[in-house]
Amino acid sequence: MSISDYTLAIEDLTVSFDGFKAVDALNLYIDKNELRVVIGPNGAGKTTVLDLICGKTRSTEGSIMFKNQELTKLSEHEIVHAGVGRKFQTPSIYENLTVFENLEVSYPEGRSVFGSLGFKRTAEIDERIMEIAKEIFLEEFLDMEAALLSHGQKQWLEIGMLLIQEPELLMLDEPVAGMSVKEREQTAELLKRICEGRSVLVIEHDMDFVASIAHKVTVLHQGKILAEGDMESVQNDPAVIEVYLGH
Amino acid sequence: MNFIYERLLGGKNGMVGIAILAALIFIILPLSLDLFRLNLVGKYLTYAFAAVSLVLLWGYGGILSLGQGVFFGLGGYCMAMFLKLEASSPENTAIQSTPGIPDFMDWNQLTELPWFWTPFDNFGFTILAVLVVPTVFAFIIGYSMFKRRVGGVYFAIITQIIALILTVLIVGQQGYTGGINGITDLRTLNGWDIRTDSAKYILYFINAILLIGVIFLGRYILTSKFGRLLLAMRDKEDRVRFSGYDVSNFKIFVFCISAMISAIGGAMFTLQVGFMSPSFVGIVPSIEMVIFAAVGGRMSLIGVVYGTLLVNFGKTMFSETFPEMWLFLMGGLFIAVVMYFPNGIAGLWEKHGTKLTSCIKKMQCVDTVKTYISNKRVAKAEATGE
Amino acid sequence: MGEYTTQELISIFAMQGFAGFSLFSVLLLMALGLAIIFGQMGVINMAHGEFMAVGAYTTYLLSVLSEEYFPGFVQYYFVFAILLSFLIAGLLGYLAEFALIRHLYKRPLDTLLATWGLSLIMQQIFRSIFGAREVSPTLPDWLLGSYQPTETIDIPLNGLFVLGLTLVVTLGVFILMYRSSWGLRVRATTQNRVMSGAVGINTKKVDRLTFALGCGIAGIAGAAFTTIASTGPTTGSLYIVDTFMVVVFGGAASLFGTIVSAFSIAQAQSILEFFISGSMAKVITLLTIVIFLMMRPEGLFASKVRK
Repeated sequence: MSISDYTLAIEDLTVSFDGFKAVDALNLYIDKNELRVVIGPNGAGKTTVLDLICGKTRSTEGSIMFKNQELTKLSEHEIVHAGVGRKFQTPSIYENLTVFENLEVSYPEGRSVFGSLGFKRTAEIDERIMEIAKEIFLEEFLDMEAALLSHGQKQWLEIGMLLIQEPELLMLDEPVAGMSVKEREQTAELLKRICEGRSVLVIEHDMDFVASIAHKVTVLHQGKILAEGDMESVQNDPAVIEVYLGH
Repeated sequence: MNFIYERLLGGKNGMVGIAILAALIFIILPLSLDLFRLNLVGKYLTYAFAAVSLVLLWGYGGILSLGQGVFFGLGGYCMAMFLKLEASSPENTAIQSTPGIPDFMDWNQLTELPWFWTPFDNFGFTILAVLVVPTVFAFIIGYSMFKRRVGGVYFAIITQIIALILTVLIVGQQGYTGGINGITDLRTLNGWDIRTDSAKYILYFINAILLIGVIFLGRYILTSKFGRLLLAMRDKEDRVRFSGYDVSNFKIFVFCISAMISAIGGAMFTLQVGFMSPSFVGIVPSIEMVIFAAVGGRMSLIGVVYGTLLVNFGKTMFSETFPEMWLFLMGGLFIAVVMYFPNGIAGLWEKHGTKLTSCIKKMQCVDTVKTYISNKRVAKAEATGE
Repeated sequence: MGEYTTQELISIFAMQGFAGFSLFSVLLLMALGLAIIFGQMGVINMAHGEFMAVGAYTTYLLSVLSEEYFPGFVQYYFVFAILLSFLIAGLLGYLAEFALIRHLYKRPLDTLLATWGLSLIMQQIFRSIFGAREVSPTLPDWLLGSYQPTETIDIPLNGLFVLGLTLVVTLGVFILMYRSSWGLRVRATTQNRVMSGAVGINTKKVDRLTFALGCGIAGIAGAAFTTIASTGPTTGSLYIVDTFMVVVFGGAASLFGTIVSAFSIAQAQSILEFFISGSMAKVITLLTIVIFLMMRPEGLFASKVRK
């Protein structure tokens, strides 16, 4: 496959902070409809990779091609317009607004200043919000102030806020952190559902959860790829075992 | 119709709020106060424009500007320049060495009108200038700061420095600006004498109408998606940016709108009070505008009007009877608002007001019931014979 | 300019340059205390000018007392005045932190408003106790007059004194913040409060003492200031914006930046003042700084910290 067939093609990506290379000549390729999980010990550079893709951090070298667009040249909101959605590690929702308003504000229309002034809520938009709310298990909670949701529900809401923008690449940073077992099951089911027609990149630590959702797993260590493959082969890779179990 | 009801009037609660305010400033105050005091109220209401602008910028946008006096002053000075040129016609200024130019220019040995004064003999241009000059100014400041992600405290301090720069500039360039005394002795607006009693009444009502209009504008903005985005940006700027919004554009826009609103207030101030000076431009008046908004309730367009009236009435009252107390009070007010009621009077009203009104209603009910019972007793006593 | 002889020109530049140095030392003394409070702690203290005034009024009070009760002391009180100013301003700062500031650490904009309120209250207290007119302490003889290295160069002694005092204080602050264990604790607390608490640093006490130190230095600045100008209730507010500007321009977190910033602003203004009117010189200096800050908000020397 050539580069242009991949949804996301990262090549030679490097970022150094005062000499320390958080990400070191990384190559990563993600297909359409793929659910890729990135794992690795703390400090391996996982969150940094997401930061680089969505534009929160600027790389020192390398390229990030998303559907043949060079992301390193775009600003954060332009990257979002291109179709990339990112969920942060700690739930990042608008606590003062209701669930409905959270989703409405994220609706991909009325994104410019004057567009947002003249934005009118049509029936079509209402329907879409209801649709998404159902997908993220929050249809009963539309009028509740987001601050009052449980931790797990806040995570779902944030995923919903990204889904409503119909991204082609969805990046989730530790989506099940702090969730109960039942909530994890629901999240696994949600993620499997949403990778139809888009690519999903997940960072996670919970190995059972990873095993239940991953198509392919990438292990990062010290800013480089240590191993890549399906869950079983990665779990049995001696280099990975050594890094995780420590020296 | 729905649009007007929901968006501009703000539903049932909002409508009541506007109605009460309108009743106050259109009916109650004009009827109960003499012209002198009504003119004072008109002056306070022009400050309220700046306070309303801060609801958008600071309350909702989270951007503290300590330089709204700059825009208030720019609007005021534009209007003052027009009025001064009219008052400095060659007939009126015949005794000057150079007739036809404002008196302070003559005193500073200027012999002709500086180039930037000349277009201000046209009323249409002046109105345009009042709206456009401060907005452009705000755009330049906003663009250079928000695009670089300067916010919070740094932004506040830079607005203070800008207020200082403008003040020093105006005071220092006496010949061009009237210096520390400002531009005074304004007389007529297109031939209409603004110093007469009837003119003052008319200007008061125009001012009040414009204020209500500006509140409607604020309502429109805040109830739109833009308003919700402002709130979202205030609390979680990153999340908004990563949802595909160019945050800096929104901040620039709200800063420009707030500049324009303050400028309208400034222009009305000049018309009602009859002069404009640098003492309304600098750091102290700018921070006073913030306290008006803070006391009234920075999240409430109507609340800040009450806050402005209250603080200014207090200032006038205390300055007459206990001048020493006033600074203590104002300082204490700053501290109290920040520590105990951050959403001002409007915030207190929201929290406890409904309890108060329902309590009153209940008391009325109690009274009604008591009356009913005692009437019944009286009737019974009458029926059974004394 | 061609009317002056070379000798006179040199003298003019020397005196102008010295005037610049004098302004530099006043700005630096005021900015040092604020650099500690704002730069290190991130607290906006709009009442900083009033703490300076506390020092000035303390000096005045001591001058009046020694004139009335200890006439022989008049020549010596000034050094005590400086120490006392430091202590009293520092104590008031300690109290202010306890009563007010500590509640507002997470809310910088609110701290700004609350400390502005505090400054109004302090101004009124000054007015009530000392009156609205400006006052000046009686300066001891060794501060009056000037130093004349040549016939035409006339360097005022009080200016030299302030310069010397500034150097001493700056050195003291530098040693305290960067070479003492206490300074280490302060820097640790401001960089990572949670971790500092976790390793056993009493962060509340560190905050209180740091704020007090900043206010104390402002007190010294006030005492030094009495040698140059008189003091009134609003003297503090005259300089607060300039002081903030010096700190922000230099790069809030850098003490060295504060020094460079004070120096460049003072020199720029003095030199400009020689050629154009005072108000335009100020406007141009301010404008240049604002434009610089708009292009580089972190100031001259930014601290390299990864967010």
